[in-house]
Amino acid sequence: MPSPATPPETEPRLDLSGLTVAFGGLTAIDGVDFHVGAGETVALIGPNGAGKTTVFNAVCGLVRPQAGSIRIDGRPAPASPTKLLGRGVARTLQALGLVGGMTVLEHLLVPLTAARRGAIGAGAGAGADIDARTGTADPVAIALAELEAHDLAAFASTPVGALPYPDRKRVALARALVTRPSLLLLDEPAGGLGADDIARLDATVRRVAGEGCSVLLVEHHVDFVMGLADRIVVLDFGRVIATGTPAEVQADPRVEEAYLGVKAAS
Amino acid sequence: MSPRILPGLTGTPRLLVTAAALTVLAIGGTFLLDPYRNYQLALVAAYFCATAGLTLLIGLSGQLSLGHAALMAAGGYGYALTANALTESGIDGVPRFLVSLVVAVVAAGLLGLLLGLAGARLSGPYLAGVTLALVIALPAITSVFSGVFRGDQGVQIAYDGVPEALRLIIAVEQWQAWVAILVTAIVVTGLAVIRRGRLGLRMRAVHGDETSARLNGVPAGRVKVAAFTASAVSAGAGGAILCFVTQSVSPGAYTLAFSLLLVVAVVVGGLGSIGGAAVGAVVVVLLPWLIGTAIGAFDLPTELEQRLSGNLGVLVFGALLIVVTAVWPGGLAGALRRRRRRENRMLRADQMPPAEPRDSRPAEPAIPASPASHPISTEPER
Amino acid sequence: MDRLLFLLATGLARGAIFALFALSLVLIWRAARIVNFAQGAMAVVAVYVAFAVTGLTGSYWAGFASAIVAGAAIGFAVERGVMRFAPHDSPLSGVIIAIGLVMVLQSALGILFGATVRPMEVPFDERPIVIAGVPVLSPYDLFVLVVAVAVMAALGVLFTRTSLGLQLRASAFAPEVSRLLGVRVSRMLTIGWMLSAAVAALAALLLVPTELGLSPHSTDVLFVYAFTVAVVGGLDSPPGALLGGLVVGVLMSLVTGYLGATVAPIAVLVLLVVVLLVRPGGIFSARQVRQA
Repeated sequence: MPSPATPPETEPRLDLSGLTVAFGGLTAIDGVDFHVGAGETVALIGPNGAGKTTVFNAVCGLVRPQAGSIRIDGRPAPASPTKLLGRGVARTLQALGLVGGMTVLEHLLVPLTAARRGAIGAGAGAGADIDARTGTADPVAIALAELEAHDLAAFASTPVGALPYPDRKRVALARALVTRPSLLLLDEPAGGLGADDIARLDATVRRVAGEGCSVLLVEHHVDFVMGLADRIVVLDFGRVIATGTPAEVQADPRVEEAYLGVKAAS
Repeated sequence: MSPRILPGLTGTPRLLVTAAALTVLAIGGTFLLDPYRNYQLALVAAYFCATAGLTLLIGLSGQLSLGHAALMAAGGYGYALTANALTESGIDGVPRFLVSLVVAVVAAGLLGLLLGLAGARLSGPYLAGVTLALVIALPAITSVFSGVFRGDQGVQIAYDGVPEALRLIIAVEQWQAWVAILVTAIVVTGLAVIRRGRLGLRMRAVHGDETSARLNGVPAGRVKVAAFTASAVSAGAGGAILCFVTQSVSPGAYTLAFSLLLVVAVVVGGLGSIGGAAVGAVVVVLLPWLIGTAIGAFDLPTELEQRLSGNLGVLVFGALLIVVTAVWPGGLAGALRRRRRRENRMLRADQMPPAEPRDSRPAEPAIPASPASHPISTEPER
Repeated sequence: MDRLLFLLATGLARGAIFALFALSLVLIWRAARIVNFAQGAMAVVAVYVAFAVTGLTGSYWAGFASAIVAGAAIGFAVERGVMRFAPHDSPLSGVIIAIGLVMVLQSALGILFGATVRPMEVPFDERPIVIAGVPVLSPYDLFVLVVAVAVMAALGVLFTRTSLGLQLRASAFAPEVSRLLGVRVSRMLTIGWMLSAAVAALAALLLVPTELGLSPHSTDVLFVYAFTVAVVGGLDSPPGALLGGLVVGVLMSLVTGYLGATVAPIAVLVLLVVVLLVRPGGIFSARQVRQA
């Protein structure tokens, strides 16, 4: 169902239709349909093993779907993960994907130097080679400005392996944001964080969404997500069992059954 | 940090100035050495070309090559065949040297590209296996195509003496050391520039977490192939220098044992460290000579002496490889880095006021004034 | 045509040896996720033991048995004494340590026995039997085929029908879960290494007499052949190792038969490169390997 916030003539940022992924005999996700509109924040929730990370992996081209289609801005999603940046898609990984021996600054330089001659990101606020926010094309300056926004500038020369876990999560997030993506995929961003860090995460996501970036996040931390998302999609055993606003989903008995195993009342 | 020379000079210009200074020092050093030592210095320079590329390949991109000797051989044969062809056409001197060097480097690079495409794109030991197969096939290649490669006896080239102008000042060994040092300086500096540039960054990103790197726009396969090709080019230059110095190239000089020796050199020196590769090259030249002398010192029956002289060096190197990898994976360069970091921490602890109780984060120096110069964790020394 | 038949038959016998050796590599890959580059060197040590035992006792079979025992012992010693100390964070260090082991083992053999190539005797005739005027297999080739098939069958039974085999497979596939279920995972790893080394020793023992003779470097080319077999068949697949062994064995036999023995290392290099360029997952593997 199209969200009322999306004007009918704009293509949704991300559109999944009938997506099915199977590994050998096991069907991980089955006929998944949902979309994320421009500027929307959508949360994908569900019990463990529901297939949430598989959805992400399919969107990113890390697994090949058996059926269905994935469209980004109306065009088919790229088959190779390396093309995602060029389409304005950035993703964080549950395991963070950081390299202990590389410094914080170097991590941000990787995606920045990947799009050398082209746009630094197809997303909101990006120009040709000049980054609108900092007014420069120098990757190091752009990276430092992004680190500044995440309170990480002091650690620019620090090897990531020396940082505590919450700081490393912020580095991973900063790396995803530095290319000004138009679609941000966050895989369990609140996992392992305390209340202060979650509040900071919440503020960052709201800021980025406010600038026009679409956000799709997978989360276990239901409270965090209920306050932040425009819409929720609930997955169970690889199928979408409910979608709607946070209030609608919270009231849905099927969701309660999926999480708690309590039989639905009717 | 210890006081730096010319702190205002940073980044790539600093690297180039350092390289130039070290080159001048090395050339100056040749005046202090006797002819045999200068010959050994030329050998060290040639090996350094190969080890510098190999240490970046293994240390930065995490790929193992067991056949780097064969890539050196490709350079050596490329040099020798071109030099002979040019000699027949009546060309000699500097043009012959330069053209032959270029062909050597291109030949090794192309071979590296082919093998890289086969073995480097995949994750797994495929590159190691392919390079192993190459170095084992080398004697067969020279023997089957003996019309070109002259089989076991190899190819000899015309002697390239000291040029007229310098003939009265320096001996031939010193001249050869100069040429070796100059070529090595250019090649190794090129590798150092690669290392601190985008390719070096991407190599480390791919080695650290390939999926994450790809999600961040890095074409992992192409990066790995590029890394291997670069190391092949530098190995080819090393082989060309060896041919220039010894005036010959043959399969017996480029065996599997030699390939493995190169691996030992870079592991002991420290994977990923160009300075370590230099130390490794010195060890590879000096240690066998030391062992040979030591064996000769004892009065042993001939057969035992023969068996030892061929094998004791390899035994020692093999044991060294195992011990260093298991106990000090960072090699010499890693040990030095750890000592420096410990000293810095102690230095800063003396200078700083006691830390605030609520700030539990590790205190690190603020970013340097010129961010573009930001050094990657191992400082290149050449 | 006669020659072709002969070469095909010999290729089968050789291929069985390559398949056996490749199988030992697959065993280690499945158990420890590394390709054991020291497999050849470990195997040749066992063959030297067999050589020494045969020399002392005069019996080939005593040597045969001692090769298998020695192989298992070396597998045990290497896993417990060397591989255990490899830093776990990178598979690369395991391979580098294996390389160091190759250097140590081969040079030690060189110091103890010298580099002279020593011919090895076998109790079977190595000349081919002639059927209707066509030379086919030699009695020794038949012996090799019988042994190879018997060992592969035994391994197949071990892994699919015995409790030990199940534990070995479980430990390799899911070590944490297996540990929770009471499987002694580290002991299974050691057993895997011992089994693999014994099989490799047997394969080397079968091959060396057909070549020029025994020297510390006898198994270098065998390792490359077996590696190629594993690539052709897929590193993960025992049936792939069998089929790959036959393919490589027959191809190599044809090449050496028509082009001469010196061409063999070149041919295997070309085969390896071509397979990796065209079908990196292995010719028999169903998986599509991701091209980065």
